[in-house]
Amino acid sequence: MRNLLLSLTLLLTLALSGCGYNTLQSTDEQIKASWAEVLNQYQRRADLVPNLVNVVKGFAAQEKDVLLGVTNARSRVGGIQATPELINDPVAFAKFQSAQGELSGALSRLLVVVENYPQLKSDANFRELQAQLEGTENRITVARNRYIKAVQEYNVVVRSFPSNLTAMVFGFQVKPSLAVENEKEISTAPKVDFSAPAAGK
Amino acid sequence: MTSTKLIQVWVKTLTLVALLLSAPLAGAEVAVPPLKSRITDLTGTLPAGVAAQLEQKLAAFEAGKGSQVAVLIVPTTQPETIEQYSIRVAEAWKLGRKGIDDGALLLVAKNDRTLRIEVGYGLEGVLPDAMAKRIVEEIIVPKFRQGDFAGGIAAGIERILNVIEGEPLPLPQSMPGASISTGMDVVLENMIPILIGLIVFGKILQAMFGRLIGATVMSTVAGFIGWLVFSSLVVALFIALLIFFLSLFGNAGSGIYRGGRDGWSSGGFGRGGGFGGGSGGFGGGGASGRW
Repeated sequence: MRNLLLSLTLLLTLALSGCGYNTLQSTDEQIKASWAEVLNQYQRRADLVPNLVNVVKGFAAQEKDVLLGVTNARSRVGGIQATPELINDPVAFAKFQSAQGELSGALSRLLVVVENYPQLKSDANFRELQAQLEGTENRITVARNRYIKAVQEYNVVVRSFPSNLTAMVFGFQVKPSLAVENEKEISTAPKVDFSAPAAGK
Repeated sequence: MTSTKLIQVWVKTLTLVALLLSAPLAGAEVAVPPLKSRITDLTGTLPAGVAAQLEQKLAAFEAGKGSQVAVLIVPTTQPETIEQYSIRVAEAWKLGRKGIDDGALLLVAKNDRTLRIEVGYGLEGVLPDAMAKRIVEEIIVPKFRQGDFAGGIAAGIERILNVIEGEPLPLPQSMPGASISTGMDVVLENMIPILIGLIVFGKILQAMFGRLIGATVMSTVAGFIGWLVFSSLVVALFIALLIFFLSLFGNAGSGIYRGGRDGWSSGGFGRGGGFGGGSGGFGGGGASGRW
């Protein structure tokens, strides 16, 4: 009787503890969900770009370079298949990252140029789009942070004992986290230029 | 005599380690104040009468519509931006009902001269970023520029409530359901079979080695298993403590288990006295402004 109870209890606890298998599953799902949210917000930004470009064109058609830069960056982002499987492919992941980083850069250049056009800045349509863009950028930041946290949680499980053994058996690997988009720009000190700005063309 | 001493030492060690582990990591960031009422003014800007009036208005709105709207005024959010601080507050306070996510937060950083309306997922449709921006820029900021903080906040809240009023949301329920956070749920779900198994195992050990040693061994084993299952030392220590007492002083497995569970749910999430957030989710929606 006692032996039976003992073995039953042992079996139960072993099956329940599962050596972190369930934790692996749930953290992996958490990563997928938060990655989907990142993609969702990037998509939302990409959808905003054509409207933004059109409105700016109406007031500042002469800023061809900047507008073209945004349009090109937008089409490069659209050219990459943004699938949930992206996180398991480091090369495609890096490419996706750099394309999104490029679009971020192009958009911020556009918003700097806009400063020279008071009429554009006060246009109701443009202000609406700008508020949406700001909101989307903030949502992207939040979604990226949550993704980074989810990956961190998952990676800790994958690498710590004893769940690392389970991870090895079932082929769970450490997943890449997100790097800062404009790493190079941040690491170089910003230049402050006090010379008179070029007169508006 | 020695046995009681041993118990004391064991309990002390466990609680001490638990305390050390649960101590928050010290950071330079501005701490999120606890949510006690709908109007949290850390700068003393709002006259008491105005704050009470707003509080009443927001409470009445929640009773009628179900949405939770709160105001927080802090001196500064430095070194973080207002967006970073605001999402941290929103994540900590969890304004809005679970699954409906109909919370909103008006955050003012007085010395930074910045403010933000943070909008929960469920209100992003009716209060999109552009609308939030308009409320910030056209209603609140002009009053703030004149130094009329109470007026700006009151007018901004008024507008936000009017906007939310237009959205068809599920009616508030008089008795909010179990609002224990999901993390707690997971622990609870797994706790039941584990507890039963451990207590049975503990009884066997106690029969073999005597009460105290059995309970001590059991507590260690339970802690280890808790660590394996939840990957968290704090939870593991809590389980260890719980099992230690249960297997030492408990009588029947089922009775003990029920007692344990009741303790959990009553201590979980009180909404009786003060004001507490629901479980609303935020995703960074809203708009910021400066004055």
